[in-house]
Amino acid sequence: MSAPATTAPAPNAAARPWWRHPRVRVWGGFALAAAVLLGVAPVVLSDFRLNLLAKFLCLAMVAVGIGLAWGRGGMLVLGQGVFFGLGGYLMAMHMKLADAGPGGVPDFMLLYGDGVVPAWWEPLRDPVVTVLAILLVPAGVATLLGLAVFRRRVRGAYFAILSQALAAAFAILLVGQQKVTGGTNGLNGFRSFFGYDLADPVNKRMLYYVAAGVLLVMVAVVRLLMVSRFGELLVAVRDQENRVRFLGYDPANVKVVAYAVAACFAGVGGALFAPVVGIVSPADVGVIPSIGFLVGVAIGGRATLLGPVLGAIAVSWAQTGLSEQFPSFWTYFQGALFILVVAFLPNGFATLGGLWRRRRGAAVPGPGDAPADPPAGTSAHADDPGPDPAQDAATAARTAGRHA
Amino acid sequence: MDALFSQLFAGLSLGSVLLLAALGLALTFGQMGVINMAHGEFMMAGAYTAFVLQALIGDAGVSLLVALPLGFLVGGLLGLLLEVTLISRMYRRPLDTLLVTFGVALVLQQLARDVFGAPNVDVRAPAWLQGAVPVLGMNLPRTRLFILALAVTCVVVLALVLKLTPLGRRIRATVQNRDLAEASGVSTRATDRLTFFVGSGVAGVAGVALTLLGSIGPTLGTSYVVDAFLVVVVGGIGQLKGAVVAAFSLGLLQATFEYSTTASLAKVLLFVVIVAFLQVRPQGLVSVRTRSLA
Repeated sequence: MSAPATTAPAPNAAARPWWRHPRVRVWGGFALAAAVLLGVAPVVLSDFRLNLLAKFLCLAMVAVGIGLAWGRGGMLVLGQGVFFGLGGYLMAMHMKLADAGPGGVPDFMLLYGDGVVPAWWEPLRDPVVTVLAILLVPAGVATLLGLAVFRRRVRGAYFAILSQALAAAFAILLVGQQKVTGGTNGLNGFRSFFGYDLADPVNKRMLYYVAAGVLLVMVAVVRLLMVSRFGELLVAVRDQENRVRFLGYDPANVKVVAYAVAACFAGVGGALFAPVVGIVSPADVGVIPSIGFLVGVAIGGRATLLGPVLGAIAVSWAQTGLSEQFPSFWTYFQGALFILVVAFLPNGFATLGGLWRRRRGAAVPGPGDAPADPPAGTSAHADDPGPDPAQDAATAARTAGRHA
Repeated sequence: MDALFSQLFAGLSLGSVLLLAALGLALTFGQMGVINMAHGEFMMAGAYTAFVLQALIGDAGVSLLVALPLGFLVGGLLGLLLEVTLISRMYRRPLDTLLVTFGVALVLQQLARDVFGAPNVDVRAPAWLQGAVPVLGMNLPRTRLFILALAVTCVVVLALVLKLTPLGRRIRATVQNRDLAEASGVSTRATDRLTFFVGSGVAGVAGVALTLLGSIGPTLGTSYVVDAFLVVVVGGIGQLKGAVVAAFSLGLLQATFEYSTTASLAKVLLFVVIVAFLQVRPQGLVSVRTRSLA
């Protein structure tokens, strides 16, 4: 488990042993995660399970980005399915074109359309263009939308609704343009991934290593962003956007960067999801799956480093296990998770350890020792004074929703 | 000319449905800043109320007329339950209410699926709503006209309630300045609860109306709730007239886009137009003027 990603130095920093030092704990946890993902999991898991884990890792990539944008930045991103879908469809389009051969036409186009590859598909025959598109298109869309929205100081619920509407519109568009997107069925039946045969179990394992490696890189990037000046600004924008503006920064730029990074991560996740799972369809990008990405992040702890990853993997794993046997029960369970975790454990499970440690060492109460739930029955004051800047991440996360 | 009129009517009809779906949201979101994702499921509950009533009563006309007030009651009570149990604890975290109510929506959907079955069901329209009325050489379906009239009635009644009754005065006071309202002796807690009851009740009525347009299913609400939220965003919060203008404008725009392109492209175009509109008026069409920082 990672340390709570605290940015303010703890008062007893000098007194604690070296292994309790935040940096040691974070990178130690990172090394442990790398060892488990790259060393242990491929040995113990069967090919089928490993492929399943690879799928979960792809979903966890989306969660890492949401953790940055929502947990640290306070932007409730309800439309990450759009970026996930953009990445997934770009990769799927490339794979369909590659399967069809040079100058060939993907099978579904012959089925639904007139058998002519649209001009905007053509560049994706090139693998380099495809990779660049996967990295740049989702981030570009997010940048455009972010600039349009955040510069005009549209935020909070308004931004959440807009991002959700984008997801709805994108899913409807994909279904409607069946000739070029495969419609409801999506794109599936890929045979090769950049020239590697997907039917070969060795290549499937290779895909797992790619997914695990990419996820670890993303986590490292987010960690570096978190402790950077940008990360501090992002949290400041989340908690007191106007104060940041008065200090001379432009909060819109800070938000746009975080949103674009989150979108890029979601796009890469989608791009790996397509070959791992073998299908990408509108069912992966709409309103419901987009919100579904959030539950893992909320459970794991939205403002922590590894919480979103672990939460996303745990939720996907539970979903696979439960929804096969009790499909109806899973929906109730997912609903209950949303209600219970967000309402009563807003910082997720990742911060339980920190809470417990502080309860135990209650002799030195810090400013962050307020109860995790606001007392019931307090009246609503959206404009109550902001948190003390010295509060730690756990408490700051509690206020994330208010000032977003 | 005919095409123009039929487009106009299609837009107005779409707008009236959007308005019915968005009215309750405009109330609750405007007053409490709470995003209730379960609003669509309250509509679904209203629709199933109409379905059950028709099975019990048999006569389509009577059951529809009974279903309208009963749908209001069912939606309202569900909303009240939600407010008292969950939302009242979370006014300090308005964005989180979105996720919590999404969880509630999931549960309600699955509940409907388990109780009524996953396939869609049909509610018969009464005889006096079947067929069409010829106007200016066009045939306007009676059901669409009924929904248009219903939406207008709901707006007028709500506007009168807000304008004239003590409850309306308390609601307006709370929207404009919660602290000052409280200091003047308004129980904002009780007002919140009542607003939620009324807003959710309107969702129930909207659900009953939707049974006239087609078959209904457990996911009825999800298809409307996103559009309804867009209406609220465009309309601005705090006043009904914003929602009215926004609903009909979006309805007309979408009908126009659908006519000139395809239904799927129309949604994307509409989204682009809304984002562009927010460049000009980030607070929506109408907003209560406050002295807080934008």
